[in-house]
Amino acid sequence: MSSDAKKVLTGPIADNNPIALQVLGICSALAVTSSMANALVMSLAVIFVTAFSNLFISIIRNHIPSSVRIIVQMAIIASLVIVVDQVLKAFSYQLSKELAVFVGLIITNCIVMGRAEAFAMKEKPGLSFLDGIGNGLGYGAILMLVAFFRELLGFGTLFGIEILPLIQNGGWYQGNGLLVLPFSSFFVIGLIIWALRQWKPEQVEKD
Amino acid sequence: MEHYIAILVKSIFIENIALMFFLGMCTFLAVSKKVDTAIGLGVAVVVVLGLAVPMNQIIYQAVLAPGALDGVLGITDPKESIDLSFLSFITFIGVIAALVQILEMVLDKYFPALYQALGIFLPLITVNCAIFGAVSFMVAKNLTLGESVVYGIGSGIGWALAIVLLAGIREKMKYSDVPDGLKGLGITFITAGLMAFGFLSFGGISL
Repeated sequence: MSSDAKKVLTGPIADNNPIALQVLGICSALAVTSSMANALVMSLAVIFVTAFSNLFISIIRNHIPSSVRIIVQMAIIASLVIVVDQVLKAFSYQLSKELAVFVGLIITNCIVMGRAEAFAMKEKPGLSFLDGIGNGLGYGAILMLVAFFRELLGFGTLFGIEILPLIQNGGWYQGNGLLVLPFSSFFVIGLIIWALRQWKPEQVEKD
Repeated sequence: MEHYIAILVKSIFIENIALMFFLGMCTFLAVSKKVDTAIGLGVAVVVVLGLAVPMNQIIYQAVLAPGALDGVLGITDPKESIDLSFLSFITFIGVIAALVQILEMVLDKYFPALYQALGIFLPLITVNCAIFGAVSFMVAKNLTLGESVVYGIGSGIGWALAIVLLAGIREKMKYSDVPDGLKGLGITFITAGLMAFGFLSFGGISL
């Protein structure tokens, strides 16, 4: 793998993270992170959609008139999301109920749109595909990290498997009620951004 | 009448679309540096939501809902009933994009002052997940046309209220001593989290 491709693939995970630095795709990051399983499915769905929307848009990039490009991109993205939604409904109905409107909201997830506009409209299909996977991974990494803290400290479980036995079940751990509530992910993401910027000081914002 | 007021209050405070469902977060965090711009964007969102939600309600009930086309096509056998609801994502996003485009032209022609004030915010709104989210909730809640008008305007006002409040807090934050790594995005996340915490106190109200 050439260094270019590697940079495109792994860059968005820590150096140019879509959530922590580009401020893209935050809606779903907050709402679906109460359990690891939800976060994993959501990440996979977003990786799939970004990768293929980047690929398809890049293939036809020279044929899209720039005045209607938003509609064309939207049509491609929406079709991919419909595929994801239908697959989820068919194979994992319970999960699709839990994720509810948030699967549909991948359409308006700015990561997909942002990468299509900023990368896929200019670069070759192969590289665009990798960029889509990379940004999907960066998004997924934050999502899984938030879900890890929220599920472990809130419910004492990971992927539904008991790690810290709760008092109700005869264990010793008192679940943190705050982290069960959806808005606690604001705090968790805020702290993750802080940690990330301590590690990579060049990401700190100037006044 | 009481029923409509209940929906309005509920969509503004109790089910605030920004702070309880985390929709439209990208713009919520990115365009909340100044109160003036926050007000402009807030008004634009109220207008678009007030139009987009009822319009999609009509289209969904008339065309896409399971069995909606049976009367027109003369289908009586329930086995042959047509269900186009899988097309709803792509339809909604198309309607929203078209609506924003038309609104832009109308405003430009008849209300140039308002058009100048809203400026770049209108096109941005197409990809604002608050609009798409509210439309999806409208379908999930199975609202009637009258209810959807109230719900659209109410959730718009709720979103506008939240972004103006956040912008007010961020303007004051210039004077506070924030740790380097938290500056900008990090502290905004934590502020928004505390605001959501506050809005949670409306949660006990039942209407």
